[in-house]
Amino acid sequence: MSEREELKFSDSLMAFINEWKEKPGNLIMVLHKVQGEVGYISREAAEKVSQLLDIPLAKVWGVVTFYHFFKLTKPGEHNIAVCLGTACYLKGGDKVVEAINKELGIDVGQVTEDGKFSLEAVRCVGCCGLAPVMTISGEVFGKLTKEAVPGILAKFA
Amino acid sequence: MSVVHVKINGIPVEVEAGSSVLAAATAAGVKIPTLCYHEDIKPTASCGLCIVKMEGSPKIQRACASPVQEGASYITDDPELFQARKTVIELILSTHPADCLTCIRNQNCELQKLAADFGIREIPFDARVKRLPKDESSPSIILEPTKCIKCGRCVEVCQDLQGVYALEYVGRGDGSQMQPACNLPLNDSPCVKCGQCAAHCPVGAIYERDDTELVRQAINDPAKTVVVNIAPSVRVGIGEEFGMGDGALTVGKLYTGLRQLGFDKVFDTNFAADLTIMEEGSELVHRLTHGGVLPQLTSCCPAWTDYMEKYYPDMIPNFSSAKSPMQMQGPITKTYWAQKAGIDPATIVNVAVMPCTAKKFEIGRDENMSASGYKDTDISITTRELARMFKAKGIDLSVLPESDVDDPIGEYSGAGTIFGNTGGVMEAAIRTAYWAVTGKELEGVDVDAVRGPEGIKTATIKAGDLDLKVAIVSGLGNVKTVLEEVRKARAEGKEPPYHFIEVMACKGGCISGGGQPYASSTPNRAARTAGLYADDKRSAVRCSHQNPSIKKIYDEFLGAPLSEKSEELLHTKYHQRPIYQ
Repeated sequence: MSEREELKFSDSLMAFINEWKEKPGNLIMVLHKVQGEVGYISREAAEKVSQLLDIPLAKVWGVVTFYHFFKLTKPGEHNIAVCLGTACYLKGGDKVVEAINKELGIDVGQVTEDGKFSLEAVRCVGCCGLAPVMTISGEVFGKLTKEAVPGILAKFA
Repeated sequence: MSVVHVKINGIPVEVEAGSSVLAAATAAGVKIPTLCYHEDIKPTASCGLCIVKMEGSPKIQRACASPVQEGASYITDDPELFQARKTVIELILSTHPADCLTCIRNQNCELQKLAADFGIREIPFDARVKRLPKDESSPSIILEPTKCIKCGRCVEVCQDLQGVYALEYVGRGDGSQMQPACNLPLNDSPCVKCGQCAAHCPVGAIYERDDTELVRQAINDPAKTVVVNIAPSVRVGIGEEFGMGDGALTVGKLYTGLRQLGFDKVFDTNFAADLTIMEEGSELVHRLTHGGVLPQLTSCCPAWTDYMEKYYPDMIPNFSSAKSPMQMQGPITKTYWAQKAGIDPATIVNVAVMPCTAKKFEIGRDENMSASGYKDTDISITTRELARMFKAKGIDLSVLPESDVDDPIGEYSGAGTIFGNTGGVMEAAIRTAYWAVTGKELEGVDVDAVRGPEGIKTATIKAGDLDLKVAIVSGLGNVKTVLEEVRKARAEGKEPPYHFIEVMACKGGCISGGGQPYASSTPNRAARTAGLYADDKRSAVRCSHQNPSIKKIYDEFLGAPLSEKSEELLHTKYHQRPIYQ
């Protein structure tokens, strides 16, 4: 472990962890904050959380892999979140995923080789009237068709 | 204790408050089918087979995880429950490969037995078997997740019973897998190879690496002299594979069987257990009389040494430098015996039969395991592997005549044989240390204070002017309690709470090791332990230092305990290891 570069948490994150250190149920809270700062839960981040909270790494990993919210790989520069909630799904959300897959060569949960884009499936972004919907780096794109996908992606390339 | 009164299928029964419905049913003589439940761990309630009804309640409960309620009446079987159980089994079978004939657990599988008991002839659900890669990274344990039924026993055993935290539920639901964190191979995880996961797995998803073919090849090679030594616990475990009953003592028959398998010489690890006592006991006396680091910790359990190197490296100075009996038998075989027999040690293949999966790791743990100049123990197989070798050769242990062990490294004392159960190493050490400290023999050698199945035992033994304070731990999960006491005293600059601590990784000791015939249960552990104490009792010599073959090896070869030669061959060193690679 010593050969790998040590991951640094920000002072505010460390302060948060110290505040929660002794409280029951702290693991999920802390992992949320860590993902917020680092973008995902790497092995290094999980190890650091394990040490700081004195919880075996296996238990940390069990929680991280149980909740879909936690990501195990570094997201791309632009994270694409395609909604596959009921409304979007019925309106062809899966076709949007297929189009992205074809365009970028990545599946849900994957990152492009150049680290530019990552793709995730979400369950609702709160604008079902625009279904099918996706967000790229927080920007919402609605009433999508598979034909529209390449043009939108090009804006971020 | 407060008592609760319930009825199981109309049978009134009285149980301790807080008992499970399953425990109440057992007390009433009613068997409820189970699969994920195991008495050694807290219920995971994952399989849904032990469902019962409580009169007046619309809910179906899991008997393993539901505490009894005063005055309640439980129904454990009716057409609806039967159908539900059958469906549970059918659903599990639909995701389980039907590889029974080539599975290591063939005829010894809890799922297979349930399928047979319920008379399942076809599975009404589409097969949905996910083929996943095996993890064969460990020298001891193989994980075959394709066969996993996700009962969770291995995870609970690894974390709660053993405190190791190598295995965890990774992922969720259908996609979950019992594996180490960070998708690491088992060998890079904190795994200490105790094999308790394998001993508790109901199916063929976790099992020992099979090294029997290596043994067969050696035996079939005319250029090799193949010798074998058997650990204490093997003699009270292997009989169960041949219908001889729990804990049956099989020493003489076992020697005969090993000769029939083709071993050139049959020795006994118990001889080396006596040697271990001479070395480890002398080390203890030296520490006591020369202001050495105390408490001294036993080091004969390889899973425990691995655990200590990972989790308690600050205890390395407390560790006895004495090797385990197996690793004393090895170099003695390839030096002392080879010289006496006039055999080139390069042509000797030394096989150890052990109740233990961690022993497969121990034989190659570092260069000190080649103290003879050759690999001291070439192959280590488990009791289960030896039973399979016997069966494949048509050798039925139960009907064999008895025979004697080969000299001069086979003879053992009663102290050597009780090395296999918790408290046994301590008792053996006390018998010899008493003599070493006082110059007198211990009267009535049974040391009852250190006997019993408890996970933690403490006692004070009077040896002359000395009050020897000892602790005995079995089940690695119990180690923390005792070692934290030691750490606390050390931090406060106080006298250590104990002089000598025995640790065995497996619950009850090696008799219940990860390589023993599948039987982990309280009555079985008691029977095997009783078998070893019976072997001790019937021995003419009950103390290691009185064993004539031990006296002889010191006279002719080693000189004295802790001599230069003894240090070179019989002692080793420990190093901190990372918890994760």
